[in-house]
Amino acid sequence: MLASPLHDVLACALGWLAIGLVGVFQPRNFWLVTRVLFPLGAIIGLAIAATALAAIFSPPSSLVLPLGLPDLPFHARVDALSCFFLLLLGSVSAGVSVFAAGYFRRGEGTPPGLQCLYYHVFLSSMALVLVADDAYFFMVVWETMALSSFFLVTSDHGSAEIRRAGFLYLLIAHLGAIAILLCFGALQSGTGNYTFETMRAVQPTPLWATAAFLLALVGFGAKAGIVPLHVWLPEAHPAAPSPVSALMSAVMLKTAIYGLLRVTFDLIGWPLWWWGVVALVIGLVSALFGIVFAAVQTDMKRLLAYSSIENIGLVMAGFGLTILFKAFSMGALAALALTATLYHCLNHAFFKSLLFLATGSVLHATRERSLGKLGGLIHRMPWVAWTALVGTIAIAGLPPLNGFVSEWLLLQAFLFTPGLPHSYLNMLVPVAAAMIALTAALSGYVMVKFYGVVFLGQPREAKLAEAHDAGIRERIGLLWLAAGCVVLGLAPVAAIGLIDPIARAFTGHGLALGGAAGWLMLAPISAERAAYSPLAVLLMIALLVTIAWLSVRLFYHGRMRRTAAWGCGFPHLDARMQDTAEGFGQPVSVVFEPFFRVDQAVPSPFDAKPRYRQSLDDRLWHWLYLPVVRAVDKATALVTVLQRGRISVYLMYSFATLLVLLLFVR
Amino acid sequence: MISAAGIAAQLTELALAVVLAPLLTGWVNQCRAWLQNRSAPGLLQPYRMLAKLFQKEVALAHNASPMFRTAPYLVFGCLCVAAAIVPTLGTDLPLNAVADAIALVGLLALARMFIALAGMDVGTAFGSLGARREMLVGFLAEPALLMVLFTASLISHSTSLATIVETLAHRELVIYPSMAFAGIAFTMVSLAENARIPVDNPSTHLELTMIHEAMVLEYSGRHLAMIEWAASLKLFVYSCMGLALFFPWGVAEGGDWLGIVLALPGLFVKLAIGGAGLSLIETVSAKLRIFRAPEFLGTAFLLAVLAMLVHVLLEG
Repeated sequence: MLASPLHDVLACALGWLAIGLVGVFQPRNFWLVTRVLFPLGAIIGLAIAATALAAIFSPPSSLVLPLGLPDLPFHARVDALSCFFLLLLGSVSAGVSVFAAGYFRRGEGTPPGLQCLYYHVFLSSMALVLVADDAYFFMVVWETMALSSFFLVTSDHGSAEIRRAGFLYLLIAHLGAIAILLCFGALQSGTGNYTFETMRAVQPTPLWATAAFLLALVGFGAKAGIVPLHVWLPEAHPAAPSPVSALMSAVMLKTAIYGLLRVTFDLIGWPLWWWGVVALVIGLVSALFGIVFAAVQTDMKRLLAYSSIENIGLVMAGFGLTILFKAFSMGALAALALTATLYHCLNHAFFKSLLFLATGSVLHATRERSLGKLGGLIHRMPWVAWTALVGTIAIAGLPPLNGFVSEWLLLQAFLFTPGLPHSYLNMLVPVAAAMIALTAALSGYVMVKFYGVVFLGQPREAKLAEAHDAGIRERIGLLWLAAGCVVLGLAPVAAIGLIDPIARAFTGHGLALGGAAGWLMLAPISAERAAYSPLAVLLMIALLVTIAWLSVRLFYHGRMRRTAAWGCGFPHLDARMQDTAEGFGQPVSVVFEPFFRVDQAVPSPFDAKPRYRQSLDDRLWHWLYLPVVRAVDKATALVTVLQRGRISVYLMYSFATLLVLLLFVR
Repeated sequence: MISAAGIAAQLTELALAVVLAPLLTGWVNQCRAWLQNRSAPGLLQPYRMLAKLFQKEVALAHNASPMFRTAPYLVFGCLCVAAAIVPTLGTDLPLNAVADAIALVGLLALARMFIALAGMDVGTAFGSLGARREMLVGFLAEPALLMVLFTASLISHSTSLATIVETLAHRELVIYPSMAFAGIAFTMVSLAENARIPVDNPSTHLELTMIHEAMVLEYSGRHLAMIEWAASLKLFVYSCMGLALFFPWGVAEGGDWLGIVLALPGLFVKLAIGGAGLSLIETVSAKLRIFRAPEFLGTAFLLAVLAMLVHVLLEG
């Protein structure tokens, strides 16, 4: 323990950097990296989580660091919002680091020491993003985060596909960074002072505030993966090693949400109501878009990446609702919506990293990412399968696990919206609530597909018989995250207590918790309005299942005969007759056909070797991105006219430039 | 607060639901047989069926995982809790407070997820086909059901089922357009969710038309008995939910014994009429092709959203 929580956090960030540096000097020392450095990183993660947990209720503390340019030092500050996201970062990264200690193998892609450097620089920069308190420091660590994650994404850079994914990621990350930079420019309101302290103190005019908000929405939205800036996400997440995908999806996307919250509620302070509508609409579109595309994926990591878009969409919807309530000075409801938003961030961090790590174990055991070649792994990999089941139920938003709690809170917030003093907005509510409900139901569909095709059924390939279960460190990582999902699901009141200081700081209200039923019962407004007690539900289910099982055993018998599966009289059942991932996605691709750009070739009845091919593409890629790419290509083609390749011509250009400059400058 | 009498009343209600659920299925089957001019199998046929299945041994596929064996009990457990949440007889029961309408939908979805996963577990073509279709029906029906419940929640300013029933029972007796839309949507959703004609046919084993039966094709013995029982419970839960939302009169307010006993005959009459209505719908309508099911359920979803809109615009 050092002087203040801020010192502790900075020390931990430095510790991560030091671990990374040790890795550089021992790049091929496999034992050191996996047995010492990664576990040490996990311990630092726990330390950050513990610091944040202790500091979340204390007043903000700030510090001027002896770093940066001579008259432009770095400012750091830690408040409840930072603490909440630091807690998320620390607790999730602890699990991921332990898993990573067992995950990285000899002789794969980048040397382990370098991997260790990028990984810990990535962690450290994310921690620093959360404590940065001036635009300069923020942009430096934000870019460090983007670059280190770029190197992690391209760690298997031998493949052209992965290099392309990395390029796309870097490109969109930088478009976002420019927007964020401009956003800070709009926020300093002509003072020329880029500390967040000044931005908080100065009240920008509505015009500048709007510009800042929209720029922040674009900049942070590009990092979070909102539609239409999502294209990098399904490319970059599958390309990265699984622990990195887990961190990117679980934590990095949340730093973007952190940035949005920081700019909107802290730096700007008083949002306008229509910003909320914009965020809400973008969120709902992203959520539905993400889950519909997740349903038709055949690569398990792409499926999870699209599901991240969906979850970010839900978070954005909650964010939009918070703005709406806050702009209309409905403090208690703003607190409810903000709580749902932050709770969902925390939940998504846990279940999505759990599932990404599970796919990592599957990938290691089978060398297969395609859903069409997996199956039946519950027999070969029980640890991974059962922990993944926890993640599956959680992400599908089903009681009694954590995904349900945040969706419940979000839906509760929607049910209050008709009180808004605006009749058109009130009409938006049923539509928005319907979209949230549809998204939640679809995520159940997607997760049944994911879990059923990967872990259940018969193995679709012969080589799956050799699949091995996860190692001990991988298991610890998986269990840690699964336990997080369970705890967040069963003790929502405790978790909401952590969000309370943020809600009070930003909305002036907290939720009415700790009423008559205390910590057992979640009743955000009042028990008559809505109440939910996950622990009681779980206990009831467990009790009734036990009673049912015992009475069947008691009154009847436990006789069982193992036999072949019933093939309806057809003797040649095999694993290829199971539903494929494409088959499972087919109903969704039919119901939501307008979403896709379908390219398919169906064989004629007379083909001797029939081949069926179908590819579903993102329309936005063709509508939005390819025209831009073509325009850039055209522009560059025009510029190449200047490029003659002869030194005399270039000297001519220089001379002409000089003349023109002389003319102007004199 | 939770009292001993409350717990006893709660247990009575739960036990009643578990015991009566197969009777409701038997009643629907009997009505349907009468309407179709067949001789009926008798009211107690589902019980005989369950007893027979419990006595048979289980034939388990070689590669069935523990998931396959636990799923029937889990599904049964989830539906029991759902049955306990819905205020069938009285509104002031302890479990009504621990889970609201959204949690009820969540519990039903949890049961569906387990049974779909179990359907995929053995890895036969039928199992995964059934699971996929069940989830297809599910992802369209679930939001519609949620919207219906939201409409009721907006009217009563609460998502607690007990409060919803109390508010709805005390409203003026006129036709509310929102509840009319919601009622139609709810009927359509219930038909789909309970594997009834026109979406599914509970008494068929034709591969092109099966949904629920395809998914549970691999089950036998006591596992199948649990699933059949859970299916009856689901029908019971949906019926009671429909009665609670659209015909809430007669449900005891407060948890005293007398009220609950007095509510019992009312429940019987309402369920008997509801079951007869269900068999009438099943008799007069034809089974839809599976590809038409999304349209059917999409209509239900739209009607439910419309119900909510109408409430916000006209009655708000």
